[in-house]
Amino acid sequence: MTSNGVLQVVVFFLLIVLAARPFGVYMARVFSGEFAFLRAMERFFYRVVGVDANQEQHWTQYAGSLLSFSFVSFLFTYLLQRLQGVLPLNPAGFGTEVMTPELAFNTAVSFVTNTNWQAYGGESTMSYLVQMAALTVQNFASAAAGLAVAIALTRGFARQQASSIGNFWVDLTRGVLYVLLPLSVVGALFFCSQGVIQNLSAYTQVTTVEGRTQVIAQGPVASQEAIKMLGTNGGGFFNANSSHPFENPTPLTNLVQMLMIFVIPAGLTYTFGRMTGDQRQGWAIFSAMAVLFLAGVFVVYGMEQAGNPELARLGVVGGNMEGKEVRFGIAATALFATITTAASCGAVNGMHDSLTPLGGLVPLFNMQTGEVIFGGVGAGLYGVLLFAVLAVFIAGLMVGRTPEYLGKKIEGKEVKMAMLAMIATAAAILLFTAAGSVVGTGTLNNAGPHGFAEILYAYTSAAANNGSAFAGIGVNTPWYNVTLGIAMLVGRFFIIIPMLAVAGSLAAKKKLPVTTGTLPTHGPLFVTLLVGTIVIVGALTFFPALSLSPIAEHFLLLEGRLF
Amino acid sequence: MATSTLSQKRPLFDPEILGRAVRDSFVKLNPAQLLKNPVIFVVEAGAALSSVLLIRDAAMGTADVWFNLQITLWLWFTVLFANFAEAMAEARGKAQADTLRKTKSDSLAHRVTAKGAVEDVAASQLRAGDVVICEAGDTIPGDGEVIDGIATVDESVITGESAPVIRESGGDRSAVTGGTRVLSDQIRIRITSNPGETFLDRMIALVEGAERQKTPNEIALNILIAGLTLIFLLAVVTLQPFAQYSVNAAGTGTAPSVAVLVSLLVCLIPTTIGGLLSAIGIAGMDRVMQHNVLAMSGKAVEAAGDINTLLLDKTGTITIGNRQAVEFLPLAGVTDVELAEAAQLSSLADETPEGRSVVVLAKEKYGLRGRELAQHEATFVPFSAYTRMSGVDWNGGRLRKGATASIEQFVKEEGGSAPDQLRELAEGISRQGGTPLAVANGKRALGVIHLKDVVKGGMKERLAELRRMGISTVMITGDNPLTAAAIAAEAGVDNFLAQASPADKLNYIKREQAEGRLVAMTGDGTNDAPALAQADVGLAMNTGTMAAKEAGNMVDLDSNPTKLIEVVAIGKQLLITRGALTTFSIANDVAKYFAILPAMFMAIYPAMGQLNVMGLHNPKSAVLSAVIFNALIIIVLVPLALRGVKYRPDGAEALLRRNLLVYGLGGLIVPFPGIWLLDRLVYAMGLV
Repeated sequence: MTSNGVLQVVVFFLLIVLAARPFGVYMARVFSGEFAFLRAMERFFYRVVGVDANQEQHWTQYAGSLLSFSFVSFLFTYLLQRLQGVLPLNPAGFGTEVMTPELAFNTAVSFVTNTNWQAYGGESTMSYLVQMAALTVQNFASAAAGLAVAIALTRGFARQQASSIGNFWVDLTRGVLYVLLPLSVVGALFFCSQGVIQNLSAYTQVTTVEGRTQVIAQGPVASQEAIKMLGTNGGGFFNANSSHPFENPTPLTNLVQMLMIFVIPAGLTYTFGRMTGDQRQGWAIFSAMAVLFLAGVFVVYGMEQAGNPELARLGVVGGNMEGKEVRFGIAATALFATITTAASCGAVNGMHDSLTPLGGLVPLFNMQTGEVIFGGVGAGLYGVLLFAVLAVFIAGLMVGRTPEYLGKKIEGKEVKMAMLAMIATAAAILLFTAAGSVVGTGTLNNAGPHGFAEILYAYTSAAANNGSAFAGIGVNTPWYNVTLGIAMLVGRFFIIIPMLAVAGSLAAKKKLPVTTGTLPTHGPLFVTLLVGTIVIVGALTFFPALSLSPIAEHFLLLEGRLF
Repeated sequence: MATSTLSQKRPLFDPEILGRAVRDSFVKLNPAQLLKNPVIFVVEAGAALSSVLLIRDAAMGTADVWFNLQITLWLWFTVLFANFAEAMAEARGKAQADTLRKTKSDSLAHRVTAKGAVEDVAASQLRAGDVVICEAGDTIPGDGEVIDGIATVDESVITGESAPVIRESGGDRSAVTGGTRVLSDQIRIRITSNPGETFLDRMIALVEGAERQKTPNEIALNILIAGLTLIFLLAVVTLQPFAQYSVNAAGTGTAPSVAVLVSLLVCLIPTTIGGLLSAIGIAGMDRVMQHNVLAMSGKAVEAAGDINTLLLDKTGTITIGNRQAVEFLPLAGVTDVELAEAAQLSSLADETPEGRSVVVLAKEKYGLRGRELAQHEATFVPFSAYTRMSGVDWNGGRLRKGATASIEQFVKEEGGSAPDQLRELAEGISRQGGTPLAVANGKRALGVIHLKDVVKGGMKERLAELRRMGISTVMITGDNPLTAAAIAAEAGVDNFLAQASPADKLNYIKREQAEGRLVAMTGDGTNDAPALAQADVGLAMNTGTMAAKEAGNMVDLDSNPTKLIEVVAIGKQLLITRGALTTFSIANDVAKYFAILPAMFMAIYPAMGQLNVMGLHNPKSAVLSAVIFNALIIIVLVPLALRGVKYRPDGAEALLRRNLLVYGLGGLIVPFPGIWLLDRLVYAMGLV
């Protein structure tokens, strides 16, 4: 590791620490309805949907609204893709032949679940209309839905003896109008200033210096780029995602993109503390995330900087540059890879398939632990609270009281819901990987443990709603499109619905007074406990699978075998 | 007769209990029974599966029968060990229940018929509402209430206390319990319970654990470990195709055998806590009983651990019950000795503990000997609720002692007037938490006796301990607020409820509960019943009325209200034991992975041998030693589960830190040397 590289990590982290509070305060006020400057627009939306903004919802109604909204979004996205051939804004003339039903299903699910797994190449499949009206719209909508769930769960902790947890339509609208939209506009303008393209032109044909012709894809990139990061969506306009110079041209845009991934999730920990009335609780969650994040970054960075021992033996020094952009370098790529998988973003500025075995282990593990290291917009907070509930339940007994978290008793119902979410995601990853390792090996580009890692990564990324890919595997097949689509649905809704159930159950409970006999959940001890729970539960579930992929590959690499 | 108390001490591994437990361990192999324990059920299914495969392999002469046999045996041992833990916990209760049942002979009852005649019927035919007569030597045929007469009763069957108690009609000492014995006199009893529903029947059922239901926290914990089991099942089941893929990719090795996969599964699922969970709960109830407290449900014991507020009666719990004279405060112009003498004389006929303490103080402090006053030279004036004074007319003097206002009134009636100083002195005593007793001789007020509540020794420390545990204490007293405040301060309670009526108590509990607190209290009178029922933990005294005993969810057979503090500690200990063993169980898995995974995969990727950090001999010894460790740890932890984790009253932070270190970090580390040692052993013994 170089001091310059370490400095990049430190600077990034400090900026996130600084951003957490202002963003957290802002979101807490937005979702408490303290801002009214866009009230007229809000009212317009409520009238369109036909909801009474003052009518709060029981958790089942809240979940019902979310599900129906997601279903309509899915239909809309699916149909736009399938009909792109007869719709305008399609200069490259993509028709339905590239957009098969399975691919359209996979992509629609992918964007509705905030996964942004891309079995398609943007510039070779999607019309501008689909990119803008279907995909970018979902980037906003799915992120705002996740945000709404996190806020609803926070209300569950904050309220007592309440029967409702907020109104989904109100939370969704406010999330888009006050949080995502303004920041995206600023972000898009900034990206334009740095050279990110924004046009509706046809693709440009140029003659290269070698005298060959090359087609350069164009499009409304900047507007999609901002929300892609901010909403932890990660679906690139181009196939090469943020390693493409039209998406992420400079080290400065790279830094801003990374900040945009983390800023809302980090801010939400502050929002959580503020809304539950104890800021230390929010910082404890933030600290646990920070510990895991920094550990991950330095493992990836260390491994990448150390590079491939086989190349070192040949006299090639300077770390592993395979699959990395020279304008970013090793540190910024390692940082990006960790951030994008810690959060459920999935944008990449380098090829994860080319990471060293243990360097690639970290992104895999980040996703397998549920993307709770800051995590997706909203998803990170409700994911980490799931672990907090489990940690409190297991260890909380050791203070001699039945477990409680933030004054709420953690009882059978909460444990049942938390376990349901854990089991569902573990099942989606493990069962599909198992099936894929039997029937899905035909499109693998790599052999041995690395090939297995590609399958594991794909289902992990889908079930965790991340969307980044190890690539190296052809996934635009009916098998992968359908199974990955199902994994994404399970990974999204089998967490959201149980967590909303938890929110409803918690909101109905009394808040118990804090005494010296209460398990303290704001100090270093709790942070350690939470980190330990996340790592151990994650490791225990996935250690066998990981040991046959990156770990085996690592040991084989040390023996000089490459894949 | 055989005395059978709940608290009789038995060694943890009493041979009788041990024998019963071993027998029951096999009975519990019945899958229908095991189904309620999903973790152990999965182990049994795994053991059955590997048994079937073992038989097949043995018949066909394939595979490594010797190794598979050992694995299979240890899997069965795992199930048996878990059964044994539960059986051990149950056996203690069953043994006690047997002893209790022996005392329950079907005696004859002398029932009074509607016409007033007496007929003999079997006790088992009595119904609630029947009236029976019991004489000296009779066993009381059922629970009931004395409606006529007074008798001494031997209740040692229930309480273990051999000193007889007095039972009489009316008031709070009218309840009698079936199975106890009348020692003297004759009483008429109205039976209040039907056969099979008596206190003794309920006690037997509770001790035996027949009606034991899982507590809410136990159910939640069961969900957690069942969920973890499912997750590990997924991890292990998918391992087979993963390994097969790797075999194909590497071109060498074989995928792990079913026996090895089952071994991994059994090692990973939380068998330790799964095997010990119900034992912990039963043992917790049992520990309460060893304190001679009968808990009506495990839920009550669990709730005891959660208590935020303890309501403690002042008299008998915080103070020793009687006030004692500690000082004589004479008015100006009166000497100490004069006041002491007057106080002593006026108290000579006062047989209350307070009265006696005045005599004793006068003697100790001023050397005044108690004089025998003959009836003819003195007229004793007994205390009456109307005058609120007592005293003596003697030698021309009219000595009185009593409430300040009453004495003032008396002095005025005698033609004098009490100086303001009398009231000032009295108020000074009240402020300190004492009770002032004014003394006068005719029209001359003399001074005040300071009566003081004496806080029980060690009470202050215990209350401080409770505060550290995060439990606030509330003293309940009929005293006025001034007195109550002073005693509260002296004893160190957090709050007090002065001049408390039963309704005040009930309202206080409701208010605390509305703020989310859990409340515990003790009580014995019928008017305590609503509050006892409302409290989360209501500890009724066995000497109390039936109504109180039925309203509470625990009965203290020793009738010692201070026991509430012990009950809270036991509840906490129960919860801590559960949490500690769950944490330990999960933390153990890390080491087991390091033992089994390299063993599984070395055949495919020899480089994976580097994960064999313990340096285990070979794949077989590694798997076998992990399975043995997993089974043995259950047995090793049985005593801990039965006795409970050592509980030291402390704040939550300190408790968590210590227990996380011991059971979390300990659980992470211990299996490494354990498995390593077992590996050496099985290798040295040539088992693999």
